[in-house]
Amino acid sequence: MTAARMTSGRALGARSEGLRRDGLRRDGAWPWLFVMPLLTGVTVFYLYPIVATLWMSLTKTGEFGRGSRFVGPANYETLVTDPKLLGALGNTLTFTGIVLLGVPISVLLAALISRPGLRFAKVYRVLYFMPYVAMPVAVAIVWKMIFNGEYGILNYALRSMGVANPPYWLSTPGVALIAVSILGLWSSIGFNMIIISAGLKSIPVELYEAADLDGASPTRQFFSITVPLLTPSIFFLSVMTGIGGFQLFDTIFVLISPMSPAMPSTKSLVYLFYQEAFVNGNRGYGAAIAVFVMALIGLVTIIQFRLQRRWVTYV
Amino acid sequence: MKAPFSRILTAALVAFGIALGGCAASPSASSAPAGALAKDTKAELNYAIWAEAQRPFIEKNIADFNKTYPNIKVTVAVTPYKQYFAKLKTQAEASNLPDVFWMNGPNIQLFAGNDQLADLGGINVDWKNFPTALVDLYSNGGKHYGIPKDFDTIALWYNKLLFADAGVALPTDDWTWDDFNKAAREIATKLKSQGVYGIAADLTGGQESFYSTIFQAGGYVIDKGKSGYDQPASIEGLKFWSDLIKDGAMPSVQVMADTAPTAMFSSGKTAMIYSGTWQTPAYAKDYPTPADLNLVQLPKGKHEGTVIHGLANVFAKTSKNLDAAKAFAEFLGSKQAAMTEGAAGTTLPAFNGTQDTFLNAYPNWNLKAYTDSAKNSSFPYPVSQNTNAWANLEAELLSPGFAGAQPMDTAAKTMADKMNTLLAAEPK
Repeated sequence: MTAARMTSGRALGARSEGLRRDGLRRDGAWPWLFVMPLLTGVTVFYLYPIVATLWMSLTKTGEFGRGSRFVGPANYETLVTDPKLLGALGNTLTFTGIVLLGVPISVLLAALISRPGLRFAKVYRVLYFMPYVAMPVAVAIVWKMIFNGEYGILNYALRSMGVANPPYWLSTPGVALIAVSILGLWSSIGFNMIIISAGLKSIPVELYEAADLDGASPTRQFFSITVPLLTPSIFFLSVMTGIGGFQLFDTIFVLISPMSPAMPSTKSLVYLFYQEAFVNGNRGYGAAIAVFVMALIGLVTIIQFRLQRRWVTYV
Repeated sequence: MKAPFSRILTAALVAFGIALGGCAASPSASSAPAGALAKDTKAELNYAIWAEAQRPFIEKNIADFNKTYPNIKVTVAVTPYKQYFAKLKTQAEASNLPDVFWMNGPNIQLFAGNDQLADLGGINVDWKNFPTALVDLYSNGGKHYGIPKDFDTIALWYNKLLFADAGVALPTDDWTWDDFNKAAREIATKLKSQGVYGIAADLTGGQESFYSTIFQAGGYVIDKGKSGYDQPASIEGLKFWSDLIKDGAMPSVQVMADTAPTAMFSSGKTAMIYSGTWQTPAYAKDYPTPADLNLVQLPKGKHEGTVIHGLANVFAKTSKNLDAAKAFAEFLGSKQAAMTEGAAGTTLPAFNGTQDTFLNAYPNWNLKAYTDSAKNSSFPYPVSQNTNAWANLEAELLSPGFAGAQPMDTAAKTMADKMNTLLAAEPK
C-alpha cells in the first residue's frame, strides 16, 4: 500500500503541476484569497519571527530591547569562541543519539504488539501512547520525584536490591544527561509506535504467507520483510527525532536545578539560548544561538535526506 | 515524502524563531491626581506576584479596595520567582507589563533606570510611614517608584524534637558560630541513622545563607562597584558552608539540588535551617506540629548580622489604567492594607507600627528574632544597577566550592572576576 500511495502521489503531483499553470491564468486572485488565512498565520508567526531573529542576531540589544545597535557578525564571533558552546553541542548530540535508540525499540515493540492474536493489544497500545499525550512538564515533575537521589523510588528500589550507593541521578555530572535522555527516550516511544504500527498495517499479508510457504522463520520474516518495508516510517521517525532532540529544553529546565553540579555537563543548546536571551537579557546573542541551532537542524536534516537513498526502500 | 519535509522544516523554524516585536513604549495614560478618581471608575488591573502563599491576604485587600472602587477589577497572577523577572523583562520589551507588580531590591534600579515604572509623586501616600531605607531603595533620582510592601530578615529556625532526640541544648539568640557548628555536627552524627542532618540552607542564592555569613565574617559582596568575593573574610563566610557540608553536618549540594532545604526542614530531615521571614506561613502549614518549631537570631561570627531586604509594589508606566492603578497604590500604601498583610501571618508589613500584627499571628513562635535583628544588626541586601547579571552566576560558580569539587578560594576568585567584568560594563 505504501508503494501504491507513492506512485499515485507522484502521478497526482505531475498532473496538478499542469493544472496549476492553467489555473493561475483562469482563477486570478481567488485561490490566493482561499489560502490567505493560512498564509497570514504563516507570515506573522513563522516568517516574520525568522527574519526578525536573523536581524536580531546581528545586533546588540540594550535592556528591555532598547537602543539596539548593529554589530555585524560580532555575536557569531563570540559564539564560536564561547567555551560553553562546545559543551552544549556535545550534550545535545549525546541526548539526540540516545533518544534515536527509541526508533529501533519502537519497531520491536510495535511488531510484538501487532502480532495476531495477542491479548490486550489495545491496552498495551494505550499504555505506550500515554506519555505522548501527557503534558511534558507534568511528566518531568513526576520523573524528578522518581530520580530524587535521597528519597526517589528508583534509588529506593536500587538500595533494596543491594546497590549501596546508587547515583544521584539529577546532580551527578554525566549521569544527569543519561537521566534526561532516558526520560526523552521513554516519552518518544508512544509517538514512534503509532507511526510504526501504521507502517506495519500497510505491509501486505501475502508477503508473510509466501514467506511461510518458503519456510522462513518469524525472525527471518521480521528482518527480511518487516524491517525493509518499514524503512520509510523509520526514516520519517529518525528525521523527526533528530529535530526534536536538538530542541531539548523543557526536561532539563524542570529536572535539573540551576545549582546542580551536573548542570554544566547537561545544558543543551536551547537551554544556553534561554539563559542568554531571557535570563541574562542578551537578546542579540540569544538570537545568534537560535540561528546556529536552526542551521544545524537544517544541515542534519539535509544529510539525512541525502543518505536515505541508500537505505530506505520504497516498494 | 515532500509534504512531511516541508512540515518538518516549518516546525523546526518556528521552534526557533522568536518573535520579540518590541517597540518603544508610548505612555498614553494621563497623570491626573489619583485622589480625584471617580468612585464608579471602571477599569481592569493585572497584578503580578511570585508567592502563592500570599494570595489569600492580597485577595482580601482587593476586596477591601473594591468597597471604595467597586468597578476596578484586579486580577492576581502568580509566576514562580525563578521565572518571574525573566517574564517581566520580556513583557516590558513588548510594552505589556502588568499594571501592578512586585519588585525587589536586585531589580528596582534596572526597571526604574530604564523608564519602565510610573512615578508615584503626587499620590496620597505619606512616605514617612515606611522605613526610610526601604523608601530610598525604591526611589531613583528623587522620584518614588514603589510602595514598600514588607521587609524581611533571616533567622535560624530549629526543630525542638530533633534537638531532644540528639540530646543537644536548644539554640539561643546569643549563639556564636562555634556553638552553632558544634550543635549541627553533633546532631548530624547522632541522628545519622534516621537520615537527619544538622543544618540545611538554600545555597542557590545568598540571601538565606552566605550573604549573612560573609557579612558576619567581616567581608562584603559588593562595595563601591567592586566585587568582594575574593576578600579573605568573604571566603571565610563561604567556607562556613562548605565546611558544614564536608563534615556531613549539612546535606551535600547534590542532595539539596534534588530536595529543597525548606522541604527537608518541614519534613523533619534537618534540625536547623536559615530562613527568611516569608517562609513563616509555609512552616506553619507544612510541618505537622508547628509548636515544635521555633526560631532565634542568626549565630554571630566576628560580627552580628542579617541581610535585610523588602519588597515593594510598583506600577507600570505603560499601564492603560494608570489612574486606577494609582488609586490602588494609595490603598496598598494604607495602614489598613498593611494590617491585613500582617494579620494574615504572611510576612512583616513595611508600614511602621503594624509589625505586631504579624508577630501576634503565631503566638508559639519567637518571631521577634526577625524584628530584633532588623533593628540591631542588619545590613542591606547587596545590589548594583544590574544585580541579576552577576547574582545569577552565584549558583553555578560557587556551587563547585560548596560541593568541595574546587577549593573555595578558586571558586570565589572566579566569581569575583566574572562579577567585576559585569560590574564594569554597567552604565555608570
